[in-house]
Amino acid sequence: MPDPPVPLLTLRGIGKSFLGVRVLDGVDLDVAPGEVHAVVGENGAGKSTLMKIVSGGHAPDAGTVEVAGARQAFRGPRDAQRAGIGIIHQEFNLLPERTVAENVHLGHEPVRRGLVDRRAMRERTRELLASIGETELAADTRVGRLGVAQQQVVEIAKALALDARLLIMDEPTAALADHEVELLYGLVRRLQQRGIGLLYVSHRLTEVFDLSDRITVLKDGRRVTTVATADTCTDDLVRHMVGRELSSYYPDRAGPDEPGPVRLTVRGAGNRKLRAVDLDLRAGEVLGVGGLQGSGRSALARALFGVSPFTTGDVTLDGRPVRLRSPRTAMRAGIAYVTEDRKGEGIVPRQSVLDNALLAGRAVFPARSGHAARARRVRDLLAAVEVRAAGDDQEIRFLSGGNQQKVVLARWLALDPRVLLFDEPTRGIDVGAKSAIHDLVRRLARDGAAVLMISSDLPELLGMSDRIVVMRDGRIAGELPAGATEEDVVALAVGHTPQSRTEIDR
Amino acid sequence: MSALSLLPARRPVPGVFVALALTLAVGWLVVLVDGGQLFNQATTVSLLHVAAGLGLVAVGQTLVILGGSLDLSVAYVISLSTLVAAETMNGSDGALLPAVGLALAVSAGVGLLNGLLVTRFRVNAFIATLGVGLLLKGYLDSNYDGPAGATSPALVQSLGYQRVGPVPLSFLLLLALTGATWFALSRTRFGHHLVAVGGDPEVARLSGVRNDRVLVTAHVLCSLCAGLAGIYLASRLGSGAPRVGTEGLYDLESIAAVVIGGTALAGGRGGVVGTVGGVLLLASIDAIFNQLEVDAFFKQVIRGVVIIAAVAVYARRALRKGAW
Repeated sequence: MPDPPVPLLTLRGIGKSFLGVRVLDGVDLDVAPGEVHAVVGENGAGKSTLMKIVSGGHAPDAGTVEVAGARQAFRGPRDAQRAGIGIIHQEFNLLPERTVAENVHLGHEPVRRGLVDRRAMRERTRELLASIGETELAADTRVGRLGVAQQQVVEIAKALALDARLLIMDEPTAALADHEVELLYGLVRRLQQRGIGLLYVSHRLTEVFDLSDRITVLKDGRRVTTVATADTCTDDLVRHMVGRELSSYYPDRAGPDEPGPVRLTVRGAGNRKLRAVDLDLRAGEVLGVGGLQGSGRSALARALFGVSPFTTGDVTLDGRPVRLRSPRTAMRAGIAYVTEDRKGEGIVPRQSVLDNALLAGRAVFPARSGHAARARRVRDLLAAVEVRAAGDDQEIRFLSGGNQQKVVLARWLALDPRVLLFDEPTRGIDVGAKSAIHDLVRRLARDGAAVLMISSDLPELLGMSDRIVVMRDGRIAGELPAGATEEDVVALAVGHTPQSRTEIDR
Repeated sequence: MSALSLLPARRPVPGVFVALALTLAVGWLVVLVDGGQLFNQATTVSLLHVAAGLGLVAVGQTLVILGGSLDLSVAYVISLSTLVAAETMNGSDGALLPAVGLALAVSAGVGLLNGLLVTRFRVNAFIATLGVGLLLKGYLDSNYDGPAGATSPALVQSLGYQRVGPVPLSFLLLLALTGATWFALSRTRFGHHLVAVGGDPEVARLSGVRNDRVLVTAHVLCSLCAGLAGIYLASRLGSGAPRVGTEGLYDLESIAAVVIGGTALAGGRGGVVGTVGGVLLLASIDAIFNQLEVDAFFKQVIRGVVIIAAVAVYARRALRKGAW
């Protein structure tokens, strides 16, 4: 895109330090009307700090922020809103108990003769929704009844209600199912057509390439490069981000002799969400589980971990029949489960790193060799998985997603599990931490654990798995060997002949 | 604006009114079998009087609970308000208005203190309002041994005993207050913002709501309601009573009524109409057991069961709503 006359947003030489640590250093960036400008970089690269500066959450130590040519010094989110900058956070800022209209107008309800004008509120909400192509959403619906994708639409309408000209989207697809991502694409394009500029932060490079006009890469608080999306490719981008080739992402698969005896067998098992599941999981292998959202992948892991147990069928572990009635019995049988929803089910945000890592062991197993010994062991594990934290006593909510996930891993490793279930182990985690998690998963398999890994990230699923089973409608639709293609997985997942997964409009 | 569009469009009848109807039907039958009459003039009037007193407090309590806060000081505010009103009136009708004004002003002051402690000083609402309540208790205990002052006869005759048919004036006052509060919650910015603050303070803040101001206002309104209840009780008793609030258990009962009425204790969901249902339910149970002349201990047990059952029902409903 050639240089437009007046960019919506111009950042020059932005710098920011926290407690003497430089988080941002001389960052330049601009966004033109109707442009999608993607910002990529590992966690800790400074993306979120930069977004907070643009949206008024932090004040920069150095540099200038200009909106449509006018210099700004935001003192808070309200100032940024007034200047026409809206931000869609990864976690939605919506009230589930209130209606769509009430949420969209929260904080600036239209008032007539001193009273809230509900009719105007509904009308304006309808108009806003229609303007971004959403006509089915009723303004009177309680937000809590909406799906994630629709809630995102409400968030966007809420930003537009304040006349946002620049929208920041922080990992907008992290919470979306695959088919909802397509809807978001359409939404982004309509926003573009309205001349709204978008700052798009994402870990998913596919999206970045599908949507953006330009890409800025941040690394260690500095801007590495800004390139037109058409002039670059994934490999280049990853090199800029981590200084590493794409192929080195995934550790080597298991050799032909490595998978050992069958550890876990499931025969004819089912519950409300699963039917007639047959499965063999060997020691030393990574079994990938693919399928669409809602196909029963997570239900399978949750059944094996006893969260929503199987109601029919048999499960054996190392040849002995087991009944996995609750997470507690599953843990006692040697099964560990790294959940998909890390914030909700994986960590206790306000407890320390150490307490989080000790959680499962303390809850289920008496300390055979003493509490101190157990804590020592967990500390060693935390070091072994390379958790980066200010200390073991730091509250885990202050860690990055990748480091939180490592703590969750350490928690399970302390129990020496025989079977490990991973549900989206790298969702919302930056590229560098991702490959560390991948290495860990593989190392666990190498040490003799049986690993079942659910992933929506097809390159990850294909790159990590020794075998892949694909689920559809609560059943196992088929099995694929290592070396299968994305098309193979998708064909099984949707249940018809191969077709390409993403249509890239360029 | 037509009356129809003022009605909340999607909210179903709160379950508490179903429970109320059932309780009254069963109670009527049981009392009938027992040889009594539940809906005679005397019991109805006394039921509505009980409901009026508790209701005035509970409406205010609804506001703070909706905002994610709580007020445990209401019982002491009530006692204080009866004394301020009765002592200022000192038996004369001339001092009626200044006395009411002063009682309400003192109450509002307590509410302001509660609100500032909760917002500016970030003291947990439970602790802050308990502390303020104990402070008032200390003042009341050291200065009063028993009833003091005298309520103006005009007030006793009007607010205390005036009736329209079987309906006491005080109950009409409660209905008016409820209507006004309902209107404020659904049709003013303050109402919208209060529910937002209770639903998620961070969301409210990031949407430009001034959380602290909203919560302080809610606390002031809550204390004003408690002060109003105090004035009403003074009109019933004819004097100020330093322990009427605590002996009536107005703190815990008002919270119970709010919760039975379907307002989430964590805030962000519910309303004042349900609260009145909760108040009527508690008052009806009282009336029924008084008619049956059951043991006071058993009565308390039943009330406890009702409160727990109500919360359990709402929790189950919330669970079902959240399930996917």
